Amino acid sequence: MNIHEYQAKDILRREGVPIPPGEVATTPDGAEAIARQYGGTVVVKAQVHAGGRGKAGGVKLAKNPGEAKELASKILALHIKGLPVQKVLVTPAADIASEAYVGIILDRASKKPVFMVSPAGGIDIEEVAAKTPEKILKLPIDTRYGLQPYQASRLGFFLFDDVKKVRAAAKIMQQLYSAFMKSGCSLAEINPLVTTASGDVVALDAKMVIDDNELDRLPDIAALRDESAEAPSEVQARNANLTFIKLDGNVGCVVNGAGLAMATMDLVKFYGGDPANFLDIGGSSNPEKVVNALKIITEDPNVKAILFNIFGGITRTDDVANGIVTATKQNPLKVPIVIRLTGTNEEIAMKILQENGFSASSDMDEAVKKAVELAKGGKAA
Amino acid sequence: MSIFIDKSSTVIVQGITGRDGSFHTKQMLEYGTRIVAGVTPGKGTLTFENAVPIFNTVADAVAATGANTSVIYVPPMFAADAILEAADAGVKLIVAITEGVPVLDMTRVYPFVKEKGARLIGPNCPGLISPGQSKVGIIPGRICTPGSVGVVSRSGTLTYEVVYQLTRAGLGQSTCVGIGGDPINGTNFIDCLAAFEADPNTKAVAMMGEIGGTDEQDAADFVKTKMKKPVVGFIAGQTAPPGRRMGHAGAIISGSAGTAAEKIAAFEAAGMGVAKRPIDFVELIKARM
Repeated sequence: MNIHEYQAKDILRREGVPIPPGEVATTPDGAEAIARQYGGTVVVKAQVHAGGRGKAGGVKLAKNPGEAKELASKILALHIKGLPVQKVLVTPAADIASEAYVGIILDRASKKPVFMVSPAGGIDIEEVAAKTPEKILKLPIDTRYGLQPYQASRLGFFLFDDVKKVRAAAKIMQQLYSAFMKSGCSLAEINPLVTTASGDVVALDAKMVIDDNELDRLPDIAALRDESAEAPSEVQARNANLTFIKLDGNVGCVVNGAGLAMATMDLVKFYGGDPANFLDIGGSSNPEKVVNALKIITEDPNVKAILFNIFGGITRTDDVANGIVTATKQNPLKVPIVIRLTGTNEEIAMKILQENGFSASSDMDEAVKKAVELAKGGKAA
Repeated sequence: MSIFIDKSSTVIVQGITGRDGSFHTKQMLEYGTRIVAGVTPGKGTLTFENAVPIFNTVADAVAATGANTSVIYVPPMFAADAILEAADAGVKLIVAITEGVPVLDMTRVYPFVKEKGARLIGPNCPGLISPGQSKVGIIPGRICTPGSVGVVSRSGTLTYEVVYQLTRAGLGQSTCVGIGGDPINGTNFIDCLAAFEADPNTKAVAMMGEIGGTDEQDAADFVKTKMKKPVVGFIAGQTAPPGRRMGHAGAIISGSAGTAAEKIAAFEAAGMGVAKRPIDFVELIKARM
């Protein structure tokens, strides 16, 4: 789960990380009022779950409250990577002397959280890693012991020479690590961590990604979810316990299991089509899930054909068949449907489908080819 | 022969009285797996289906039965504790089926299991099956048949699809292992490839990877430098957009890393067969056996 910059900053402030004040506005007038309260130059920053905000025009400096209002109105009208900007963070502009990068990522290779720090901050860290790897220090942390003081200090010395700044940075490392662990993060980033003209070390931006598997035991973090900042179809799918990702094609896919769902999308492409979505109905075979899945898919006007690919293990294919029958009785389909199912209770499922006027195949390649053909407006083979 | 489990494996079920645990224990018993004990704290006086004694702790279960394998069906927030308990009790093979285990929990569990000298498979995996001998987990027994193809995969139903196609074409399996779709798991592709290379009854390996991470690239390097047996690979997620978690927590392209194209290129560079579709495994493996 993504959270907004202002939410991540709130979490870090509670840990004691020095962060300039900031407030969120949802209207240009709101932004103007906040800018007036701070006085001087402010930064107006889009709060949206997409990278590359700056390049997309979502981060601007405003010299006075009037300009803050004008810029906020432009930013609030933006869509960044398809997502509407509905909030801006207004914060006083800082007097920056240097910019560093500090991040923690859950690293698959070392199976540990890894600190990544670089004195070359403020820009894309992947670029720094690719072009000047010597400017990055990576330090894996054994979570059974936590971040040790000597480690925090080593990270600080990699960023600064001045001992006062090193100590300040080491303290921020501890605070960031603490926030990372308590909030169930898979990523926590301060970019940039700046030094000001007066020698303070301050976090100007913050990013946190939460491991979805943590949300059940962290209700306070789960409550930070901003559904208005997500694609509506994905919110609807999550609330129905489905994993759904919208794509640009026209073959709607309903599959059980993530690996098979990806392989099905790939096969659609292989036979010359384009998948409209990734949709995994999961392991259990509640007919209600199938009803919800069909509802979400048929709401996409791009979908020209629907493809079911079900391999029954735990999932009972007769449950899926019943779900298809119920769903299409409630909302008759306007596009053709191709059903492939095999495995647990396959014979019962086939019978249910036939009695209700559907045909089904047990062969994955055959079904995918047919769905691609139908989506193109051709006749089924 | 087989890898990791065979007909001598003696198995404990952690979470045997739960919905999933009880259902799959029946399936495993039906398949012939030697389930010797169940563990559910507080139910240590009961017997499951008049056949399997239940204990309060894994330590009690191991002391009474000498079991060497454990399979875990407990809810995600209790899975880390269950794995630690099994490793601490001396169980040597721990199979964690549970989906949704917090990844930070696994950062504590993984080094502990290693230090205890145990092997963990999963979490978030379908387990494993050595056809005709034993099944530990949830892979449907009827789609498998004994033979000499080793199967290893990050997925569940995609594994079933490929195994089903192999069985239909008369290609039986030595062992099928689902290593799971999480970013941190106990056993990776290389662990399984090394075991298949050492297993005299495995003649070829079918490997199903997916987007995210570098496990497949490392595996390709292992195939090239350490293996004599032929390996055929497949990568799911060629059409997946970057930055999105495709169901599995681990199936995500981060920035430009972990794409299907880069993994397929690694397979090709290692001289492996590359299946473009699941059905392609049949011909590619036949040609190499």
